[in-house]
Amino acid sequence: MWKMQRRRSLKNRQSIWRNKSKKRDAWILFLLPSLIGVSVFVLLPFLDVIRRSFLTAVTQKWTGIQNYQTVFANQAFRLAIQNTLRFTAVCLPLLIGIGLLISVQLSRLKKIQLVKSMFLFPLAMPAATVVLIWKMLFSQQGFLNGWLLRLGWIAEGHLPDYMGTKAAFWVLVFSYLWKNLGYTIVLWLAGIFSVSSDLTEAAQVDGASERQCFWRVIFPNLKGTLYTITVLSFLNSFKVFREAYLVAGSYPHESMYLLQHLFNNWFVNLELDKMAASAVCVGLVLFVTILLLQKLWDQE
Amino acid sequence: MKIKKTIQRAMIKAGLILLGAAFCAPLLYLLSGSIMSRYELRECLTAMMNQEEGLISWKWIPDYPTFEHYGRILFQTPQFFVVFWNSMKIVVCILIGQLLIAVPAAWAFAVYSFRMRKVLFTLYIVLMLMPFQVTMLSSYLVLDGLSMLDTHKAIILPAVFSTFPVFLIYRGFCNLPKGLIEAARIDGAGEWTIFVKIGLPLSSGGILSAGVLGFLEYWNLIEQPLAFLEDQSLWPLSLYLPEISLEQAGYSFVASVITLIPAVFVFLLGREYLEQGIVASAMKE
Repeated sequence: MWKMQRRRSLKNRQSIWRNKSKKRDAWILFLLPSLIGVSVFVLLPFLDVIRRSFLTAVTQKWTGIQNYQTVFANQAFRLAIQNTLRFTAVCLPLLIGIGLLISVQLSRLKKIQLVKSMFLFPLAMPAATVVLIWKMLFSQQGFLNGWLLRLGWIAEGHLPDYMGTKAAFWVLVFSYLWKNLGYTIVLWLAGIFSVSSDLTEAAQVDGASERQCFWRVIFPNLKGTLYTITVLSFLNSFKVFREAYLVAGSYPHESMYLLQHLFNNWFVNLELDKMAASAVCVGLVLFVTILLLQKLWDQE
Repeated sequence: MKIKKTIQRAMIKAGLILLGAAFCAPLLYLLSGSIMSRYELRECLTAMMNQEEGLISWKWIPDYPTFEHYGRILFQTPQFFVVFWNSMKIVVCILIGQLLIAVPAAWAFAVYSFRMRKVLFTLYIVLMLMPFQVTMLSSYLVLDGLSMLDTHKAIILPAVFSTFPVFLIYRGFCNLPKGLIEAARIDGAGEWTIFVKIGLPLSSGGILSAGVLGFLEYWNLIEQPLAFLEDQSLWPLSLYLPEISLEQAGYSFVASVITLIPAVFVFLLGREYLEQGIVASAMKE
């Protein structure tokens, strides 16, 4: 009996050893297809883009940092950077703040599934299907002016045209909030509900009001959620180009001329040297930002 | 005190429902517009069509509801079907490709520990977070090199190797108890068997999440086809719809509604997975 057990355990150990060496190599087979694809379609060509950013577009001669100088001196580039930064600076706080406000209210209610789904719904609406609606809302003859007229906030004969003026920027902000509020709420709610109910109950027993309970007990536990929402919202802010492009075309009002428009126009005009230099710059800035945020995140 | 609180809550809830309904209002506009007759539409939208003074109006329920536009699109516009199937083909191919590529990759990151793991995974996260504009030129160069420009492959292949689903599915695999895999190994199961028999069935939730998010994302592709497809007969719906002029508003409404149907279908069926996916995409490693 004892012998048999021993033999079996020996056999087990052997097979574990064999499996261990097999196990060590198996990851390669699982990962390889993806790794090859990523290298071929993203990594290697990006190295080529870095190389090209130091060459002239047509003759492929070495020009050093001249492309970078051209890009930074380019007015369209400056305008686009400025607008993109402004857009992010306006949208992120708005989105995160409004999302938090709504989620806190929702977290105190019951049966919120329906409401949550309503806010999520814009995620399912392709940009192409809302273009017509946005035009109906924001054109000079549109619904928005109709409502404002009825409220008496604007006078007949002075109807503003939202897409052709500085207000275009705010139309874009609105469109971004409409699209992204849903998942922000889902994330905030997941964060709020993950705070242990023991904590909040203990606070309530100690006589904390609802507001105190939120700011003192729940909110300090939401820092991780805040980081993620910030990262995701920032990256989704690049996708607002879809609505912007479909509603206003390649050259919209200058208040909403974003980096995405610029890249697209350079691409259409085949100004590859400028594109290479600015892709490297934007990529580098994002890369550093992401790594920094991850550092912050890991410290949590 | 208690009554006051209850009333307050009910009012907040009513307010939020109203706001939520406003978020869904574009759908109602599309639906009512799609059953309005040509003449009624013209009547409503005339100010906008002619760029003249006056305001456009709207009727939530048309005076004479009609399905004439639906009939026209279904029976007299073969072009629409071409575009619709372009969209379907692109989305389905991308999702199948991702299933074949991203699921094993996620398994490798979740189950094995190897030397380059941390570096590679960080690389995948960085790539997942890069916007299209940064990788646009590099994609163009490689697609041009493989002479795939102006074919559907130019849209499908880069998307298949997107690292976002890897990350999402990885989250699902991480929730598997480690002991289960060890136990299977001790019982002599091969690595592939463990992946197929244990990994896949127990983390189908994560895979479905990636599928739902992926469908909604790729049904809405704009940037990639805009850059890489010149031939309009290859365009997906998301690029074709905005090309329809305001003169054909009825056609445009119906086309939008039909575009919405698959997306809404996936949204309603996969709502739960959608939420799980959003939450998973936000968790740190």
